[in-house]
Amino acid sequence: MSQKQNIQLPEGSLGKQTTTLNLGPTHPATHGVFQNILEMDGERIIDAVPTVGFIHRAFEKLAEHKPYYQITPLTDRLNYCSSPINNMGWHMTVEKLIHAELPKRVEYLRVIIMELARIADHLVCNSVIGVDTGAFTGFIYVFEFREKIYEVFEEVCGSRLTTNIGRIGGFERNFSDLAFQKLQHFMDTFPKAMREFETLFNRNRIFMERTMGVGGIAAERALNYGFTGPNLRATGIDYDIRTAHPYSGYQDFDFAVPVGTTGDVYDRYLVRNAEIWESMSIIKQALEKIKDLDPTVFHADLPNFYLPDKADVYTKMEALIYHFKIVMGETEIPAGELYHAVEGGNGELGFYLISDGGRTPYRLHFRRPCFIYYQAYPEIIRGSMLSDAVVTMSSLNLIAGEIDG
Amino acid sequence: MVEPPQGFGGDGFFTMKLSEAVGLARSNSLWPLPFATSCCGIEFMATMAAHYDLARFGAERLSFSPRQCDLIMVMGTIAKKMAPILKQVYLQMAEPRWVMAVGACACSGGIFDSYSVLQGIDQVIPVDVYVPGCPPRPEGIIDGFMRIQDLVKAESIRRRESDEYKALLNSYGIQ
Amino acid sequence: MLTNEIIKQRLTDKFGEQVRHFEEPYGMLTFETDRDNNLKVMTFLKEDEELGFTYLNDLTAVHYPDNTGQELAVVYMLQNIRTSTRVRLKVFTDITQPDVFTASGLFATSNWLEREAYDFYGVNFVGHPNLIRIMNVDEMDYFPQRKEYPVEEQTRIDKDDAMFGR
Repeated sequence: MSQKQNIQLPEGSLGKQTTTLNLGPTHPATHGVFQNILEMDGERIIDAVPTVGFIHRAFEKLAEHKPYYQITPLTDRLNYCSSPINNMGWHMTVEKLIHAELPKRVEYLRVIIMELARIADHLVCNSVIGVDTGAFTGFIYVFEFREKIYEVFEEVCGSRLTTNIGRIGGFERNFSDLAFQKLQHFMDTFPKAMREFETLFNRNRIFMERTMGVGGIAAERALNYGFTGPNLRATGIDYDIRTAHPYSGYQDFDFAVPVGTTGDVYDRYLVRNAEIWESMSIIKQALEKIKDLDPTVFHADLPNFYLPDKADVYTKMEALIYHFKIVMGETEIPAGELYHAVEGGNGELGFYLISDGGRTPYRLHFRRPCFIYYQAYPEIIRGSMLSDAVVTMSSLNLIAGEIDG
Repeated sequence: MVEPPQGFGGDGFFTMKLSEAVGLARSNSLWPLPFATSCCGIEFMATMAAHYDLARFGAERLSFSPRQCDLIMVMGTIAKKMAPILKQVYLQMAEPRWVMAVGACACSGGIFDSYSVLQGIDQVIPVDVYVPGCPPRPEGIIDGFMRIQDLVKAESIRRRESDEYKALLNSYGIQ
Repeated sequence: MLTNEIIKQRLTDKFGEQVRHFEEPYGMLTFETDRDNNLKVMTFLKEDEELGFTYLNDLTAVHYPDNTGQELAVVYMLQNIRTSTRVRLKVFTDITQPDVFTASGLFATSNWLEREAYDFYGVNFVGHPNLIRIMNVDEMDYFPQRKEYPVEEQTRIDKDDAMFGR
């Protein structure tokens, strides 16, 4: 029969009981480009073979040719839903390399920006779980508040999504009053909307039946696969970089680390929701702490890394020389190798930097959480239905830019 | 109020050029295919959301099947591994079809001047509108969409059979 | 309390001269071992009660073109989740025959990480279930992240190197 029709069927496939389905690289918009070739027995999935690399942009090789301040836009494009966290992580890595001490106000402002980015990332993930189960309303509703977060970012750094926010040593400009007003407006209006979003999904019969018991993973398997972040916390292990290896003043904040029990889609959804509430509480605490600090401080005193004020560059000789040296890469950069990790939207985002004292890094490796836990996807979906596989994929918050990088 | 199109009308009839009528109908009901690969895809999601609302322009129904769409919006970096897939999706589209390259990576490779990134999708498919930006603001994406609408309105209904268009497709190896 | 001294002491007690070059750059204990010993050392670190490094954080490769005979380094980063301690293990291998035993039997994390190291640097992980390219196109015949290859694509005609400062 297959000789008459002009179809290229694989060898022996007519006798097989299973079908091969290509859940191809072009998904309906939301998830990103990765391919899964599923072997299915009717509606059940027997096996899956994921393929990644469809958006491989050679970040690590590019980073070997760029000076330290030019690598920040590259880190933006890793987990682009929460790019400020990536930026801050990179700045902290370089500051660790040069043994820089930052003023408290800078650390707390960084905490505010990182928590806003975390809220933005979790909002995308949770609303997309809703979209995949057919509920588009939550997505449309929640994106309005992401616009408010974008407005705060825009006020500070000028850009909405790929922010390139901050500099090595602090921020490029002080937070204006308008930025704080916009932040306060977000803090005032968001809780009510978040509660409405939760009312829509948390005890919704259809949502619960679609997500409970689906896509679960045991805690030991999760650890063996290198899970971190909300996906690991949903299995019951409370490992959070903000409490395990505190950075940027997180040790001064009082927040809980929410954990789940079974690691299924419903638990991941609830853990992310709880983390959004914790982030709101952290931002409130940070705003309180900033009130007592000197409001003119927005960067550390790092003449070898932080570009001087433009007005000074045009009038003072020292500032001009420092500007020249920093841009041309003639300041002293210590050699060494270090690893620094931050708690990104998906878990431990690590930067392994080997510096040889030159203008550009010798080797920069990103420990990308999405890449590491996507390996577990075939094991998670084996035996489940196709629609469960789709919901699981969206609940793992797979961002293609972070998988490939 | 919108101006009526140029034509001659009377009691119960209205005559206008066929290409203008067809163009008007097409441009206000384009069905886009969001080929979103990376960060520009998230800005597209913001464009589709309530604040910037692309649906006002007629793009209410996003089609994820290339067989049913008019406009492919390539948003994000296209790596060399992805290029054959992009070409395959483009080939599956039915005429008339338009292509919009959103973002610096789709226009020219963007900031990724590396061995694995295709330096612009116009190396594999013909592009109608380029929207620069990294990522472009939703207003920019909407502006690009409006340019596509202008192109659609003004297009001659014989364009797709013309020799020039065939020569363009041949230069890409598309029959 | 699991300190770097305790880890170093236990390692030297068990392996003696086979683990060497103990350093603590920026607080993380880093040491080196022969390429044939990597699994033994990691199994010891994983299964020992007191050490308990049951979590593989990261696995990557580095290319040092000037160290003849030891050009490729495979760097493992292990972590004890309970005490939040990290250590780094390095294994050097020759570029002409870069065989390293795979850790995918010990840690499921290392499966794709090793494929990535193979794709970028050409490290051949002996015993890996599926050692094929992961990020780059399958037809690529060189290992792009080695130092001798440029980052830019060589066949592009629209970007003028002179104008781009190269």
